[in-house]
Amino acid sequence: MTTSKNDLELVGVTKRYGATVAVDAIAHKFKPGSYACLLGPSGCGKSSTLRMIAGHESVTDGAILLGGRDISHLAPAQRGTAMMFQNYALFPHLSVIDNVGFSLKMQGVDTAKRRAKAGEMLELVDLTALGDRLPDQLSGGQQQRVALARALITRPDVLLLDEPLSALDPFLRIRMRAELKKLQKELGISFIHVTHGQDEALALADEIVVMNNAVIEQAGPAQEVFNAPKTQFVARFMGGHNVIALSGGHYAIRADAVDVTPSTQGVVEGHVTAVEYQGTHVSVLSRIAGDQEITALIPDGAFFANPHSPGDTIGLSWDTSKLHQLTA
Amino acid sequence: MPPEGARPSLPLLTGSPMNKLRENNALKGWMMLSPLALVLLAFLVTPIIMITVVSFWRATEFSIIPAFVWENYDFLFGSPVTYTVFFNTFKYALITWAATFVIGFTVAYYLAFHIRTQTWQIALFLLCTIPFWTSNIIRMISWIPFLGRNGIANSALISWGVIDEPVEWLLFSDFAVILAFVHLYTLFMVVPIFNTMMRIDRSLIEAARDAGANGIQILWNVILPLTKPGIMIGTIFVVTLVMGDFITVRFMSGSQSANVGRLISNDIALLQYPSASATAIVLLLTVLIVIGILLRFVDIRKEL
Repeated sequence: MTTSKNDLELVGVTKRYGATVAVDAIAHKFKPGSYACLLGPSGCGKSSTLRMIAGHESVTDGAILLGGRDISHLAPAQRGTAMMFQNYALFPHLSVIDNVGFSLKMQGVDTAKRRAKAGEMLELVDLTALGDRLPDQLSGGQQQRVALARALITRPDVLLLDEPLSALDPFLRIRMRAELKKLQKELGISFIHVTHGQDEALALADEIVVMNNAVIEQAGPAQEVFNAPKTQFVARFMGGHNVIALSGGHYAIRADAVDVTPSTQGVVEGHVTAVEYQGTHVSVLSRIAGDQEITALIPDGAFFANPHSPGDTIGLSWDTSKLHQLTA
Repeated sequence: MPPEGARPSLPLLTGSPMNKLRENNALKGWMMLSPLALVLLAFLVTPIIMITVVSFWRATEFSIIPAFVWENYDFLFGSPVTYTVFFNTFKYALITWAATFVIGFTVAYYLAFHIRTQTWQIALFLLCTIPFWTSNIIRMISWIPFLGRNGIANSALISWGVIDEPVEWLLFSDFAVILAFVHLYTLFMVVPIFNTMMRIDRSLIEAARDAGANGIQILWNVILPLTKPGIMIGTIFVVTLVMGDFITVRFMSGSQSANVGRLISNDIALLQYPSASATAIVLLLTVLIVIGILLRFVDIRKEL
């Protein structure tokens, strides 16, 4: 088996803070040259994992391998990784071009060469014109590009992004998301992106690693994680799914696979508790026997042809082949 | 309908002169400013104006005559003593500044970046302020038995065999003066530097480490530039305090050295108020120029 230089593997990586276990012996091999998202609620250990890969947090136990080399105890700059920080962490006293060229300055590269290299990186992120500005004179999106250029100047094999889009407004977030993806494709290096937003992960990731309570719940291609959640947690966290307890265990079914029918014709009977108009779809929330809640996502045309309001009794039906059994 | 949240006003009162006054924002601003402005006017501006006026008066050995003459300034700038004394004042200020900066920066750096828990930070910070629980004079005098000819320092050094005879320059010397200054004023350097350092985003240090910077490079390229405003505020404190001091110099030099403060205090003791005023005005301008130069280097507005 060949190992490419951006082949990142976690082997039983553990992080303990005193008695608390932040990351519990996780093992995962990232697909080289792909966009991976570490997804999970806050406190699930995803940021600790990223920081251990970056070298800003010590590894309590286990090993991190990059290109077949154990990097678990190397200094951050010697690992071949670069990190983009949540609030960008740009040096406020340095101009954009000096921020980008910072790591070259630390290596002792002379000013002219450093500025030329930094200029190239700024070109990559379309910021050539703003090289002499200070970070506070830039917008959030521009600051992010500077942070990106600064992280990329060392030509890392793996770029680590810690919730890079959380400081941006929703509109900019969607635009930057597209740019991140494009950049990753252009550079062909691995990106590992920590996020708590499942929409962000679905939009960006080739591979999603869902974490909860210090362990990996499920990892796989985005479509697989969304369509075939293994656990109740994953089904609920990814959203768009109903988790129903039926005889024989728990099942997940996508909300858009549930149909609303007249009350006598459904698989089960439910009482509408809320109706939410979402533009292209209408979500109908209903309560069925056993105090379980089911969301049906109906195309808006179908809903308004036969509308329901809270209190109505409806039938819910689904194609049993769409039910997906959960293991936990 | 008035917009939501607008203050409801009684129809009878609108348009009354009192209400118009209340709505005048400029006036409100001035009113709020006035207590401080009055205090400063009474206790800062007026005395300075009076000193300026008196500095132009004429004085003989036994009388002071209101006048407008330049003779006090002529005498001041014509005397070589003035230049020596001003030189001395600058020397004290510069050496004290350098010592308090090195100590203050080191202490603040240690407190801000090496003490992890806030409890310990506060505890150690309070420890730094313990010397301030007594008066300046007592702190100064307490050096005398320590540094004197037969003091603790000398006897200890002799008993260790470092020296054979008591060292003379420990007390009543420039060394003693500067030692006392550093002891008195280092905290004024520690506090603003510590304050600025605590505001440095810790992720900047991680970002620097991520870019391959070692400890010294982080200190030089990240922490020092970002601490400049605090250093500057500390510098202003220390420089103005040292340049205006007279009592420390008198005590610790055993009246063998002089700075501008002592020149003024001697004039006052001899009731030579016009001459003292002229010297005070020159000192004030000198200090203002020094601060003006310092402020050109660093923008401290962000810290205020």
